[in-house]
Amino acid sequence: MEHTVSAYDDDLKSIARMVTEIGGLAERAVGDAVQALTRLDIDLAQRVILGDKELDRLQREIEDKAILVIARRQPMASDLREIVGAMRIANDIERVGDLAKNIAKRVVAINGVFPHKQLITGVEHLCEIALQQLKKVLDAYASQDDQAANAVRQRDDEIDALYTSLFRELLTYMMEDPRNLTFCIHLLFCAKNIERIGDHATNIAESVHYVVTGRSYEDERPKADASIASTIAGS
Amino acid sequence: MSAVQSVTPFETVRTPDPASRPTKIHTANVKVTYGQKQALHGVSIDIAEKAVTAFIGPSGCGKSTFLRCINRMNDSIAGARVEGTIKLDDQNIYDPDLDVVELRARVGMVFQKPNPFPKSIFDNVAYGPRIHGLARSKADLEEIVVTSLQKASLFNEVKDRLAEPGTGLSGGQQQRLCIARAIAVSPEVILMDEPCSALDPIATAKVEELIDELRANFTIVIVTHSMQQAARVSQRTAFFHLGHLIEEGPTDHVFTNPLEQRTQDYITGRFG
Repeated sequence: MEHTVSAYDDDLKSIARMVTEIGGLAERAVGDAVQALTRLDIDLAQRVILGDKELDRLQREIEDKAILVIARRQPMASDLREIVGAMRIANDIERVGDLAKNIAKRVVAINGVFPHKQLITGVEHLCEIALQQLKKVLDAYASQDDQAANAVRQRDDEIDALYTSLFRELLTYMMEDPRNLTFCIHLLFCAKNIERIGDHATNIAESVHYVVTGRSYEDERPKADASIASTIAGS
Repeated sequence: MSAVQSVTPFETVRTPDPASRPTKIHTANVKVTYGQKQALHGVSIDIAEKAVTAFIGPSGCGKSTFLRCINRMNDSIAGARVEGTIKLDDQNIYDPDLDVVELRARVGMVFQKPNPFPKSIFDNVAYGPRIHGLARSKADLEEIVVTSLQKASLFNEVKDRLAEPGTGLSGGQQQRLCIARAIAVSPEVILMDEPCSALDPIATAKVEELIDELRANFTIVIVTHSMQQAARVSQRTAFFHLGHLIEEGPTDHVFTNPLEQRTQDYITGRFG
């Protein structure tokens, strides 16, 4: 049902629209950053780095707008949750943008080093799932679909598991030949960044759950990042 | 909307309190009719002791009517008929043997517009204790007046002019004088019918601060049109609509995650 004051509806709609917009930008930034990595495309990497400014700007704009609506309309119940949710989600998306930028910066740093094709494939696959997660959770936000958001949350352990196996693989390459070290470490950081993007997708899923139901998840979210354990075991 | 409104056997949605408080006022199936018009269609709610319960709802929803049942103010309205159970500490307040004057000393009331008597500030507060014979001496009475004014956070502002007329105070001060007058007879319950709607924001803040202090000693029921006020001052909120109690629950819960669609629509400003 619409608000009696229709300008209030316009405010809420414009916040939701901006969140969708910043979400789209972040998705593209992540996709471009990984493509720049797989092709060692410095130009594309530079564009991702520059593009992050727009994400930052949008995030601030969403926050300003949300604060203004809180001050002006004193939102209650579902409206309040929607605004708080939008602020949280925009924060997570802004962080995703930063992570994409970090990957792009590494592409610039790697500059010229020839990659092991096989290793890149692992990172690509990790990124594919992270991007799917991001896309699905943004769709869940747009359609206020709690179940779809929950599915994203349940799938994060897949990214964690993949990251752990990639970690082990990189470790092996590094031990095999010290000349692989620089490249593998850069790649490891990229993989870590992508894994974090998955975590942010999970955060967004939790925000969607709060917006839709008014409740927070009570259980611990599924985790399968065993890279910390494998470091200890390997040392 | 209209389909929902016409449903008759009516079930109030209730969320229990996380911290359970003893019940001060128990009401069950309260129905009120003014002549032919039914204003309340069977309202049941338990009001917790030493807590603030807010009644919210659009105009004509029955919240003030229900409030006025609690100290039998509806008795004075011609053609008003009250059915159902209202108990104050297990005592039926509609018991024919009950002394209504005594009831109203136990259940005080503060109205929308400050209505001090055309008397001095002192006499406004002393009036109740005098007629109820609560003071044994002049010193006793003075003490009651001073402590009541202190409890109403008004004493410091009026201590040098207790003999001046109460009507000479500002609106906010007059309202706090009315609260002092209500608490001078040591009531157990204070009913407030939109106590801040005629006050400016600063006077409103003072009254809200006062309500928060008073709940340590009194059971307070407040009717308000300001949802922000209900959210700020109350521990429990009851939402009325068209003579039904739609939903009641902990205030924090009702204003962040109400269970009933109509509550949600009302508090978010989507009504009608």
